Amino acid sequence: MSDPLLSYEDALAAYEPVLGLEVHVELNTESKMFCGCSAEFGAAPNTHTCPVCLGLPGSMPAINGKAVESAIRMGLALNCSIAEWCRMSRKNYFYPDMPKDYQTSQYDEPIAYDGYLDIELSDGEVFRVEIERAHMEEDAGKLTHMGGATGRLHGADYSLIDYNRAGVPLIEIVTKPILGAGERAPEIARTYVEAIRDLMRALGVSDVRMNEGSLRCDANVSLKPWGRERLGTRTETKNINSFRSIESAVRYEIQRQAAVLSGGGTIQQCTRNWLEHIGETSFGRSKEEAEDYRYFPEPDLVPIAPSREWVEELRATLPENPGLRRNRLQEVWSFSDAEMRDVVNADALDLVEATVAAGCAAPAARKWWTAELSRRANEAGIGLDEVGVTPVQVAAVQALVEAGTINDKLARQVFDGVIAGEGEPAEVVTRRGLAVVSDDGALGDAVQKAIAANPDVADKIRAGRVQAAGALIGAVMKEMRGQADAGRVREIILEQLS
Amino acid sequence: MALSPDEVARLAQLARIDLSAEELAHLAPQLDVILESVARVADVATADVTPTSHPVPMTNVFRTDAVAESLPPAEVLAMAPDHEDGRFRVPRILGEEQ
Repeated sequence: MSDPLLSYEDALAAYEPVLGLEVHVELNTESKMFCGCSAEFGAAPNTHTCPVCLGLPGSMPAINGKAVESAIRMGLALNCSIAEWCRMSRKNYFYPDMPKDYQTSQYDEPIAYDGYLDIELSDGEVFRVEIERAHMEEDAGKLTHMGGATGRLHGADYSLIDYNRAGVPLIEIVTKPILGAGERAPEIARTYVEAIRDLMRALGVSDVRMNEGSLRCDANVSLKPWGRERLGTRTETKNINSFRSIESAVRYEIQRQAAVLSGGGTIQQCTRNWLEHIGETSFGRSKEEAEDYRYFPEPDLVPIAPSREWVEELRATLPENPGLRRNRLQEVWSFSDAEMRDVVNADALDLVEATVAAGCAAPAARKWWTAELSRRANEAGIGLDEVGVTPVQVAAVQALVEAGTINDKLARQVFDGVIAGEGEPAEVVTRRGLAVVSDDGALGDAVQKAIAANPDVADKIRAGRVQAAGALIGAVMKEMRGQADAGRVREIILEQLS
Repeated sequence: MALSPDEVARLAQLARIDLSAEELAHLAPQLDVILESVARVADVATADVTPTSHPVPMTNVFRTDAVAESLPPAEVLAMAPDHEDGRFRVPRILGEEQ
């Protein structure tokens, strides 16, 4: 029972979309926000719990200083003001993802507020997203709904809970209403979250992996007739689990709401769940029923008052803005837009930079990381930085290619050896006997053999049809098991047949 | 600011406290007295008085980011009425946050 949709063009002709994005970033601290339990992802269920994160009577929380430091650095990177004094608050609700029956969060005193992030859209235009606030809180536990057909809450027989994640430091970044996006609203939503990911990665404060939940996004969408000041009623779409889905979900909500409004209906303020498998949102819960969290200041934690000296110290640790850095590197490396996009999409920016720093020419570094090594990472389903080859090793392989010791084809076997743990590239070449044969005597023998085996081809070349040499080069390369320089083989063939 | 029994009923529901109509009628005036007293404090609090969030004036009490020992899972799970595959088991959840 899909909702009726208006075409995207018709929706935009009638209504201006307004976005509000809530991004949750799980920090990569060693321990949880208020206790010493490990914050590591992927451990056996309920192995990272203690009286504090389980909310057992008499336990007392203590704020993780590193998490506060990360929050301030994030706030600064988002061009926010940092609160001189703020408190944690209790957000009270009954849901089994929180054993304490409240989430320790921040309410009206966020650690960072009033910032902005400039994002670069696909056509190079820069769009400014205003940031309302970034506040500190703790993550909730992970629920798995059992029974029922779909594994979702609806229709489930019971639920299982893992509290390892409960208490992991979380920063929620909330934008102001984003106006002026127009038809680019879906792209802006996606690009903004990608920009947050890049920024957090550059800061080194989070793994920012959407598939592991360390980066999550809720998208608020509302429509208003063009020219009207007052904002329309919004819906909040949850469960968005990929960058592509952010774009699809925003687009879908624009079309769905436009159909309701243009049919004379009204939008009910509610949450919607993004259903990835069908590319639609479905009704979640109505907001006014659920939101009475009875916030009050957390009595067990003292206020946080970052000194201005500390804030300035942290400001000095901020990395170069990822967007500016990309533009700078593209210029230094003389890459085309498409080439640079390949590097960014392959997640290879840091790796290419390190490879160039190790002495490799930029085009070669790009080629190895975005083609050969990306393919291997994709096949293995791992990150490019986990593929088992370091930037220094890539530079070493390229140096061997440029010295004529190996060719590109042999280089692939060298990577095989490096990944298999057979040592550094030069050692792999020696152990596997991969060096190209530069001994003209051995090459000459192979060429003679090829000529003898292909007399008709040889005749053509003697008659001046030099392009026929390809067939002989192929035969020689096969004979040499690829370990020859094709250019040199060609020279020898032409010498022998002249 | 008279608190109505309906408002008290709403608060009771949010706090998951089951109250009868008699109890609601009995508690509403009492809560009213508390609210009035607090309102009087709010009257005398001026802008130059910072809110007291803690009886001892301290700020920035931070813990070093180091992993400490967690509880043994078996011990943790034993505290709950039910568990399955190392995870807490709860009955069917009726609607989100309800």
